Amino acid sequence: SEDPKQLIQDRKEWADLEPVPQDDGPNPVVKIAYSDKFTDVYDYFRALLKNDEKSDRALLLTAEAIELNAANYTVWHYRRVLLQALEKDLREEMRYITAIIEDQPKNYQVWHHRRMVVEWLNDPSEELEFIAEILSQDAKNYHAWQHRQWVIKEYKLWDSELEYVEQLLEEDVRNNSAWNQRHYIISHTTGYSDPAILNREVQYSLKQIKKAPHNESVWNYLKGILQDLGLSSHPGLLEQILELKETHCSPYLLGFLVDIYEDFLENTLEHHEEVLSKALELCELLAREKDTIRREYWSYVGRSLQTKYGSSDSSTTTSAPGSDSGSVHQETPCSS
Amino acid sequence: MLDKHADYIAAYGSKKDDYEYTLSEYLRMSGIYWGLTVMDLMGQLTRMNQQEISDFIKSCQHDCGGVSASIGHDPHVLYTLSAVQILSLYDNVNVLDVDKVVEYVRGLQQEDGSFAGDKWGEIDTRFSFCAVATLALLGRLDAINMDKAVEFVLSCMNFDGGFGCRPGSESHAGQIYCCTGFLSIAGQLHQVNADLLGWWLCERQLPSGGLNGRPEKLPDVCYSWWVLASLKIIGRIHWIDKSKLRSFILACQDEETGGFADRPGDMVDPFHTLFGVAGLSLLGEGQIKDVNPVLCMPEDVLERLGLHPDLLS
Repeated sequence: SEDPKQLIQDRKEWADLEPVPQDDGPNPVVKIAYSDKFTDVYDYFRALLKNDEKSDRALLLTAEAIELNAANYTVWHYRRVLLQALEKDLREEMRYITAIIEDQPKNYQVWHHRRMVVEWLNDPSEELEFIAEILSQDAKNYHAWQHRQWVIKEYKLWDSELEYVEQLLEEDVRNNSAWNQRHYIISHTTGYSDPAILNREVQYSLKQIKKAPHNESVWNYLKGILQDLGLSSHPGLLEQILELKETHCSPYLLGFLVDIYEDFLENTLEHHEEVLSKALELCELLAREKDTIRREYWSYVGRSLQTKYGSSDSSTTTSAPGSDSGSVHQETPCSS
Repeated sequence: MLDKHADYIAAYGSKKDDYEYTLSEYLRMSGIYWGLTVMDLMGQLTRMNQQEISDFIKSCQHDCGGVSASIGHDPHVLYTLSAVQILSLYDNVNVLDVDKVVEYVRGLQQEDGSFAGDKWGEIDTRFSFCAVATLALLGRLDAINMDKAVEFVLSCMNFDGGFGCRPGSESHAGQIYCCTGFLSIAGQLHQVNADLLGWWLCERQLPSGGLNGRPEKLPDVCYSWWVLASLKIIGRIHWIDKSKLRSFILACQDEETGGFADRPGDMVDPFHTLFGVAGLSLLGEGQIKDVNPVLCMPEDVLERLGLHPDLLS
């Protein structure tokens, strides 16, 4: 059979075909210097396209073209056309695409090709293990995660995914893709409306926070699962956060406290002045010291809270600390 | 240093060892769009060869109406948008059969409102953006089912306020740019939770001043565009520390060769050069023309077209 090291122009199996050189249009924009092998393979690829040749040698050539440039989507299209026209063994194609993805896992075309083959075979049985293998090399590969979500949803392979996500979070609790997947699985299975499930997730999150307090993802997740019901409505949460503040503080925790206080202000009428002053104090602390790169955001939050919940006769400025003008236990009229 | 960057772009592709140029043929149309746009932003568009490029684009339109990345490649919505953007810079969209372009884009819309990239059916919110941006530039937004298109994009909104490529996909700054850009063109920005998304976006800023695309990832100058433009669209660009970001972007320049790299010290390319310069424009750099945050094209071009995509305040 053909020797892949030989240029195609030197292989006797291709002697009948006239290669088609690159056409950059009527007035080539630039003079291009190609590497010889690249020129050789792609000139012959263009010849095949021009003749609409559907043959085994064409299929072989697409593999060589892909090896030189796996991002060339036209080559992948043609390969799929050939696979169907020649009725090739799709199991063999699975082996092929597996090897390609392992070599170049960050490429739209390779994953889309794999999806097409899985669909044609209607067989997802290798997918979860394969994707896990790819994720073990880069646990945040965006393409891999999309493919995984598709396989799970399409073929209803939900059962063991939460366990897989927990394993990944054990390995790296800061893996944002894994947190996203956690939300994906639960949303599509049990949902979060069962208080037992919601609380399980809250406690799980708090446990991860203790392990790694400076973790953007877990705080986004915690806020995300609670925001519909309201952060201040979850029993005991404020107390747990205040406890964590003593030993596992972070700008994220302080920001989350602001969010709890804001939710409290929105949903209760009591203790407004006290809660507002705490929230404003935190915004001030974050802007001034704990998260200065986002001081504009924290100033905005402070101003918004002040405007919305500050008493109308208050003369506090945006950066006022939490000193208040009256007794905290006296109910003050809420400004509308 | 703008002159150096302009020289880099003008010379790109004519270097002797341009294997990288050959390798990137499959995206050539976008490569031309990046080069021309950054040249126009720097006031140097006239250095590029309009006739050659127009002829090239004409040769890339297929019978189905779609445009391919280069001659002999298959059509795709990504390169259809790039072609229309290029021709809009030159005020010459009629180089293409516009009606056929519109038909091609219309044909890519699926039942659920999403858009495929081409006839092979990959679905991605990037393609929703490409579809409406193309049609907006051609004044033909009426060609698609906008309500359904909006419904699909909104179904990609996540618990953190961000957007991914398909429903359930992880929030990603690039996808967020496409979705906020889409919603701007569709007149549906009020559906975004601007405070929540703005917070997620300004969290992209790392101590170095640079921006990443997702939590716990490295900064990259192209995110200076995806994140910054998104923030501008939702009216919260001031939540980024501008001077720190500016320092990061400038550090990504290569003072010897011109051009910008993804991060300081790496190799430059036209893609990162455009987004570095466009990012600086959004930050108010005086010597660079104003860039439109939705379409990533000079504002004066959109003025001429009468296009004013919504921005939140």
